[in-house]
Parts: sequence; structure tokens; C-alpha cells
Amino acid sequence: MKIEILGTGCTKCKALEEATKQAVAQSGKFAQIEKVEDIMKIMEYGVMSTPGLVIDGKVVSTGKLLSVNEIIELIKTH
Amino acid sequence: MWQDLSGKIVLDWLGFSGRLGDALHFFLYDTVKIWFLLIAIIFAVSFLRTWFNTEKVRAYLAGKREFTGNVLAALFGIITPFCTCSAIPLFLGFLQARIPIGVTFSFLISAPLNNEIAIAMLFSLFGWKITAIYIGFGLAVAILGGWLIGRFNVEKYVLISVPPLSGDIELPTYTPSLKERISEAWNNTRDIFRKIYLWVMVGVGVGAWFHGYVPAEFIAQYAGGDAWYAVPIAVLMGIPMYASAAGVMPLVEVLTQKGMMLGSALSFMMAVTALSLPEAIILKQILHIRLIALFFAIIGAGIMGIGFLFNTIL
Repeated sequence: MKIEILGTGCTKCKALEEATKQAVAQSGKFAQIEKVEDIMKIMEYGVMSTPGLVIDGKVVSTGKLLSVNEIIELIKTH
Repeated sequence: MWQDLSGKIVLDWLGFSGRLGDALHFFLYDTVKIWFLLIAIIFAVSFLRTWFNTEKVRAYLAGKREFTGNVLAALFGIITPFCTCSAIPLFLGFLQARIPIGVTFSFLISAPLNNEIAIAMLFSLFGWKITAIYIGFGLAVAILGGWLIGRFNVEKYVLISVPPLSGDIELPTYTPSLKERISEAWNNTRDIFRKIYLWVMVGVGVGAWFHGYVPAEFIAQYAGGDAWYAVPIAVLMGIPMYASAAGVMPLVEVLTQKGMMLGSALSFMMAVTALSLPEAIILKQILHIRLIALFFAIIGAGIMGIGFLFNTIL
């Protein structure tokens, strides 16, 4: 599983990265986490409100700082 | 009710009197009133906003004709959540959908101007009438300003070439439940309140000191006069103050009570929110300085026009 966090460096983006790391650790699944800061790559996903969360190439959330539990839920359903 | 109670607390129970009592009463009354209204209004706005996001707005605006597009973009700017930090993805995202640059600017002017903090502060300090005037004229500036920018050939000043959207973009289609919307709105309200409650206290504190100690003649002489330069100075002073809108507005309230003219006050508050220095610096990464200068010049002129208009007719 590959999880990408889309964000140009706002505080919410960093917080989402942290929450995602915790969520992955708690979910017990193996996942590769990558922070995408290149604006053109973010654009390719069609996301304008950062932070965005992408799981295996699919945008699952935009413009929101998700809680650890919400991310675990998203990881499980993908 | 709260006015009487806060008066009782300060004057009777704590035994303050005279100017100090007056200033403390004002401070306690205003701080608590503004905090309460801020929480209520920011929550209401955040709750409404859970139905909107920029991705949906973009899909809706794509392909609209220019003037209609400017009007719609300005209206969406009120209700769509916006953060200065996402100005670049937003700007490029609109261009990617081939939305005209003038329409993009209409949104980019309206969104920070009508941010939830400004609306909540205006409403709690000045009441619904001034808030409506602020929003109405703010929309006019956003619509006409964006349209005017579209009249100049500014596409060449966008420093990044933006490829058009390729194919359909799949965005999350998940619809949150009412409970999730409420919890999201509440989280947002809490985050914003944590950021600004101290600013409100400082602003009201300085305002209370003005209220109790600084004579009206003094303010009328320096900030109030109907001299022609009052409005341009108000606009220039507003530019670097974006982050502290919550602290600045209580001061403006006291200044208007003490004789600052309403037009100058409106110009100042619009400059604080619409001409944001941090936003300009962020946009500088993708836009030529000439386009940013044009953007500031047109909005600045529009805001000054509103100030002069109100100073003349009121």
C-alpha cells in the first residue's frame, strides 16, 4: 500500500503527515508513506485544497486534517 | 443583560470607579461578548462550509461566461473555505480548468475579504447593517476588480505553464453525516478561536484604554478628519495587518465611536483582509511582480473609492 500526503508545507499538511504515520503504525498494515510537495504533481491529482490524502493513487480526502482514527478507517477500507 | 451584569461585577463587586472602572467595564463586557459571538458565528459559517469545497466550485465555474463567472466566483468566495497557504494550488487549479484569469482573481479577492473571522468580528462589533455593507461592497470590488484584471493581457505574467486537466478527475464522493459535519465545524471553530482569542483581548484592551482615557478630540484630530488623505493612509496601514484582523477590528470600533469616519474605517478593514501581504508573497512564486502590482493597485483603488464614497455621503 502506498499513501501520499499532498501539501506544500502548511501546518495542517505537516500535522496530517504525523497523523498518517501514527495511523499506519496503529493499523498494523505495511504502507509506504510519501509527502508530495511538488505543486505540479498535486495539480495532477486535481486537488486544490491542501492537505490531500491519496491511497494507492486514489484521492480520499482534500482540505481536511483527518484524525488518526479517520485515517485508520480509510486505510482499512482500501 | 450582560452589559448590566458586567457593570455590576466591575463597579459594585470589585469596587472600581471613575475612568478605570469605565475602561475595565468596557473591557470585560466587550471581550466576553465578542468571544461568545465569534464562537457562534464561526461555527455557523464553518458548518455551512462543509457543503462546499474548492474542487466542486471549480467544476461549477469551468466553462461559465466571463462576467457571469466573475459574479459567481465572488459569491462562492464567501462560502468556500480558504486559507492563504492554499492560494497557489487554487490559482493554478482554476487555470488548469481553463477558468479565465479575471474570474480566478474575483474568487481570490472575495475569499479572504469574506473570511469567517472578519465576518464574525464585524457582526459582533458593528451589527448586521455594517456587515452587510462590508460584504456587499466587498463583492462589488471582487467582481469589478477581477473583471478589470481580465481586461488586461495578463496571461503572460503567469510564470508557470499550466497544462489543461487531463481526463476526468476522480475526487472523493463520500458525503459526511450531519454528526461528522458538526464535529468538523466544531474542530475548525476551536482551531480558529485558539489562534485569535488573545488578539481579541489585546485589541479590546487597547480599545478600552482609548475608550476610558483618550479624548475624542484627539482621535478626531488624527484619525477622524475628513481630510482627503485619511482614506489612502487607512488603506496603506491595513496592508501589513492581515494576521491580526481580530485584534485590529475592536480598535476600529472604538475609533469610529470617537469620531473616525465610517468610510475610512471600512477602507481600513477591507485593506486588512483583501490586501494581504503574506498572500502577495506566496503568489510571487508563480506570478510576475507586475501582475501582483496590478492586483494591489486595482483593489486598493476600489477600496479607496468605497471609503471616499462613504465619507462623502454619511
